[in-house]
Amino acid sequence: MDNQLKMTCLHDRHVELGAKMSPFAGFDMPIQYSGIIDEHNAVRTKAGMFDVSHMGEVFISGKDAARFVNHIFTNDVSSMPDGKILYGMMLYPDGGTVDDLLVYKEFAPDEYLLVVNAANIEKDYEWMKSNCEGFDVKIVNASDSWGQIAVQGPEAEKAVTGALGFASASSLGFYEFLNESVQGERVIISRTGYTGEDGFEIYASAATVCRYWDELLKAGVKPCGLGCRDTLRFEAGLPLYGDELTAEISPVMAGLSMFCKLDKSEFIGKEALAAQKAAGVSRKLVGIELSDSAVPRAHYPVELPDGTVVGEVTTGYHSISLDKSLCFALVDSAYAALGTTLMIRIRKRVFEGKVVKKRFYQTKYKK
Amino acid sequence: MSKVVEGLLYSESHEWVKVDGNVAIIGVTDFAQSEMGDITYVDMPDVDDEFNAGDDFGALESVKTSSEVITPVSGKVIARNDALEDSPELINEDAYAAWIVKIEMSDKSELDAMMNAAKYSEFAK
Repeated sequence: MDNQLKMTCLHDRHVELGAKMSPFAGFDMPIQYSGIIDEHNAVRTKAGMFDVSHMGEVFISGKDAARFVNHIFTNDVSSMPDGKILYGMMLYPDGGTVDDLLVYKEFAPDEYLLVVNAANIEKDYEWMKSNCEGFDVKIVNASDSWGQIAVQGPEAEKAVTGALGFASASSLGFYEFLNESVQGERVIISRTGYTGEDGFEIYASAATVCRYWDELLKAGVKPCGLGCRDTLRFEAGLPLYGDELTAEISPVMAGLSMFCKLDKSEFIGKEALAAQKAAGVSRKLVGIELSDSAVPRAHYPVELPDGTVVGEVTTGYHSISLDKSLCFALVDSAYAALGTTLMIRIRKRVFEGKVVKKRFYQTKYKK
Repeated sequence: MSKVVEGLLYSESHEWVKVDGNVAIIGVTDFAQSEMGDITYVDMPDVDDEFNAGDDFGALESVKTSSEVITPVSGKVIARNDALEDSPELINEDAYAAWIVKIEMSDKSELDAMMNAAKYSEFAK
C-alpha cells in the first residue's frame, strides 16, 4: 500500500469488516463492505453509517469572524442563529469554485465551524489564510483531531437516540446541530448528510468515534462505503466537488444560485457571478434520463441527434433506487431546457435521453 | 481466491474460451466478475457482427465501473446469451456458466496465444 496514504481512526475496523479499500482524497478509504447495491438500499430503507472522518474541520473565531466568513462564503451568515448550518461555496474571483462546504454557527459569539471536502483541506486552509488580511480572525485547521460518522436513513434517528443515547437529537431540524458533552469531550450532532435521506453527522475525537461505530454496528446499522455514498448523493441531485463543481464550474453553471446571496455587500466571486447571471452562462449542469439501460459515465460525450457534441457527462449511474440510467452533464446552455432530447455516446453507440430535473430521487429530509 | 476451470482457455484481459469445433464460446472469468462487483448491464454485439482478435465486442457495467470485453479470436458472432439482458447478475453467480457470445472462428491458431487453467491461475493471482 502507498505509504503516503492517510488512515482514518476507523481504518482497522474497515479492514476487519472485509471492506474493499481504495485511495480517496489522500486517505485509504472503504469503497464497499457487503456491496454497493445492498448498502445503498440499507440507507434508503433502514439505516447505514459512513466513515467520513476524512472531511476537514476549520474553526474561525475572532471579532471579525462573521464578516470574514461572509467574505469567503457565498451564502449569508450574518443573521444565522446559533446551532444553524448553511451550505454554500468558496469562490475564486472569476466565479470558479474553490470548494463547497457547510458553515456551522457555533453556540458562541463570533465563532464558526467550516466543514470542507477532504481532498481540499490544504487548499481551502491556504485560501482562507491568504484572504484574511484586514480581518481580526483566528483560523484553525483542526481536521486531524476530529473523526466523523454519518448515520443516514429512515432509521437513523432511532439509532442516534437509541444506540448512542442522544435523546436530544430528535429535536433537531434539518441543517441544525447541537453539542453534547461526553466525559468532558465535545461531541457535535448535526442533522445533515449527503444521501437524500434523513440522518445525522456526528463529530467527535478518534476514540469516541470508534466507540460510536461499534455501538451502531451492534445496533444493526449497516457499514456503508464511498461507493454507495456516491450513488446516493447522485440520485438526490447533490454535486460532488471535482465532478459537478470545479475551478471551471461556477455555482451558477451548476444550478446552485440559491446558495449564493448576491444581495450581500460583498464576497469573493460576487461580481463574476452577477455578470454570469446577467449575461447568462455558456454551459449548464443538467440531469439526463436515458431510454436504455446502458450506463453513461463521466466524460462520455453528449450530442445532438445530428452528432454535434454539446457537452459531457460529469457523473452517471444506472440508478439503484429508480432503476433507470441517469446522469449529470454539463451542456451548452441552449440545450439545457427540461425535455430537450440529447444523445449520449456510450462506447460505439449513441443512446437517446432527455433533460430532466437533477433531483432524480424525492429526498426525505426532516422538516 | 477466484475460481479457474480446467479445460478452458484464458486471456490476459480475463476472458475465457470454451472451444467447440470451430466455435469459441466466450465469457469472463470469475476473477473478472469479482473485481467488478455486482454486474448491472451487459452490452452485447449483434449476431453476424464480425470482429478481429483483440477487438472489444461488448462491455460489462457494474454500479461503479464499466469494463470492455475483448474477443481473443477473430470471427463472426453466431449467438449471444440474451438471458444476460434481463439477468446480468448471472455472471456474478457463475461466470463460467454465463457465456456471453459464441463466435465462429476464422483462424483457430489464434487460440495458441491463450493460457491454460494452470497458467491463468498463476497470472490472476
